[in-house]
Amino acid sequence: MDFDYQSMRTFADSWGLLYMMGIFIFVVLWVFRPGGKKHSDDAANIPFKED
Amino acid sequence: MKNAPEAVLVGLAAFLVLLGAAFARDAAFAMHAWVAFAVLVIATVILFRRIKFGAGEPAVATTDGQPVYNDGVVRYGAIATMFWGIAGFLVGVVVAAQLAWPVLNIEPWLNFGRLRPLHTSAVIFAFGGNALLATSFYVVQRTCRASLFGGKLVWFVFWGYQFFIVMAATGYLLGITQGKEYAEPEWYVDLWLTAVWVCYLLVFLGTIVKRKEPHIYVANWFYLSFIVTIAMLHVVNGLSVPVSFLGAKSYSAFAGVQDALTQWWYGHNAVGFFLTAGFLGMMYYFVPKQAERPVYSYRLSIVHFWALIFLYIWAGPHHLHYTALPDWAQTLGMVFSVMLWMPSWGGMINGLMTLSGAWDKLRTDPVLRMLVISIAFYGMSTFEGPMMSIKTVNALSHYTDWTIGHVHSGALGWVGMVSFGAIYYLVPKLWGRERLYSMRLVNWHFWLATLGIVVYAAVMWVSGIQQGLMWREYDDQGYLVYSFAESIEAMHPYYVMRMFGGLLFLLGALVMVFNLVQTIRGKLRPETPIGAEEPAMQPAE
Repeated sequence: MDFDYQSMRTFADSWGLLYMMGIFIFVVLWVFRPGGKKHSDDAANIPFKED
Repeated sequence: MKNAPEAVLVGLAAFLVLLGAAFARDAAFAMHAWVAFAVLVIATVILFRRIKFGAGEPAVATTDGQPVYNDGVVRYGAIATMFWGIAGFLVGVVVAAQLAWPVLNIEPWLNFGRLRPLHTSAVIFAFGGNALLATSFYVVQRTCRASLFGGKLVWFVFWGYQFFIVMAATGYLLGITQGKEYAEPEWYVDLWLTAVWVCYLLVFLGTIVKRKEPHIYVANWFYLSFIVTIAMLHVVNGLSVPVSFLGAKSYSAFAGVQDALTQWWYGHNAVGFFLTAGFLGMMYYFVPKQAERPVYSYRLSIVHFWALIFLYIWAGPHHLHYTALPDWAQTLGMVFSVMLWMPSWGGMINGLMTLSGAWDKLRTDPVLRMLVISIAFYGMSTFEGPMMSIKTVNALSHYTDWTIGHVHSGALGWVGMVSFGAIYYLVPKLWGRERLYSMRLVNWHFWLATLGIVVYAAVMWVSGIQQGLMWREYDDQGYLVYSFAESIEAMHPYYVMRMFGGLLFLLGALVMVFNLVQTIRGKLRPETPIGAEEPAMQPAE
């Protein structure tokens, strides 16, 4: 693969975009997974464990 | 022996800088080296006087496995935040006065061109930067339940950062600049900041790695993204070739429109990751703590984080509408800016709704009120920003005072207020005081600052739109109706009013300093708690 402008941007707006969208969609699905609520509520209370 | 190696190292650095002054290639570099020499000599003397001989203190005692937090640097950071804040606000009022009355430009060191970057850097990097440094060190220890990693490295980060601020500020006054907005310091100061920043990252990451809490709390994600992204932005935007080893001047590695895009990729993400992500970390810790209830939706905060991170980095080109930048890149910047509205408001709703069921606390707790209005200003300026990035709106707003008003509603309203709220929360805790010296004074600060921002932003809207309309006014012959000088003349009353708004904000900050000094000295003003003063209602007879 050569690193000229055209091939870089073609990669960025195809596989690069897909990769980032994939991560983002995965994160959102993961956060709202069944059973995620309990974990989130525990995490939200971390600041109150100290002081 | 305590402090001995540090004292010797700083002394050695002072000597090297002295050599730099002696062999400097240009007068500006020589002057700057003398400034650095003076600072380092003072630091050396202080360090030598503080050398302690003997075995040193015993290792930090831990009681039943609880870590002992390193709050010394947080205390220094809180004081530095207020010190630089006052300096930055004061210079802001001075430059506002210079715009209203040009006679106040005192050549060559104190003219507008040199004082303006002093103002922006002082408020963003000195005030905001120290607030982020102090709160990030405080929050990461509490939420990881681990003491700071790095030992003396923590102090290098703090003092190294202050040295960076002094070098940047004095450089501007001497006329040393690489001419990049929010990145004015020249190559050698840039390199110093890079070293300090890498150590900051090490301290923060090290603390996260040795955490006792399995989950990394969302505030730390925001802080970490701020540290990592600023490192990346600073290094790429700062790529330049110095003309000589001991000279101040350097040339950017990029040219023309590439340089402009790199600059605004940096500039907008400095807003996005320094002034937004970092302070959102602050919001996600201090708002729940002050409201005494967990964040409204932790899951929303995670989506907020990732959406913000993925979108912000692309928004920079909206600073270059109608320039030589390719059209598709301008449109890309605009589209991403508009999309950013969603995560921004998601975060705002998350912050505000944390108070649901506790709204009555706003009536009695001015510190919480300060935090809440900062979120309100965050919502307002993250609505205004995407709107201004739309090309047709930008055609009117760009290069006018509207932009200045927008920046200040974000910087004074969001960044300033959330920092004030965090410092008000921190100071009694850090110095082991029962409460602040006076809650009434916090209330005064709140109203002075809010009024100041409202005056500032409203005046800049009017003057900005008027400027934009005057510049584009054509007569039926196709000639411009107004000369540029006429639009400047028309701005005078607005500039006076704007200075007044800034003055109110500065006054509020001075009230805060007085309040904090009294708190640190252990004074308590005898006063009825807010909300307890009203006599019980008597039934009518």
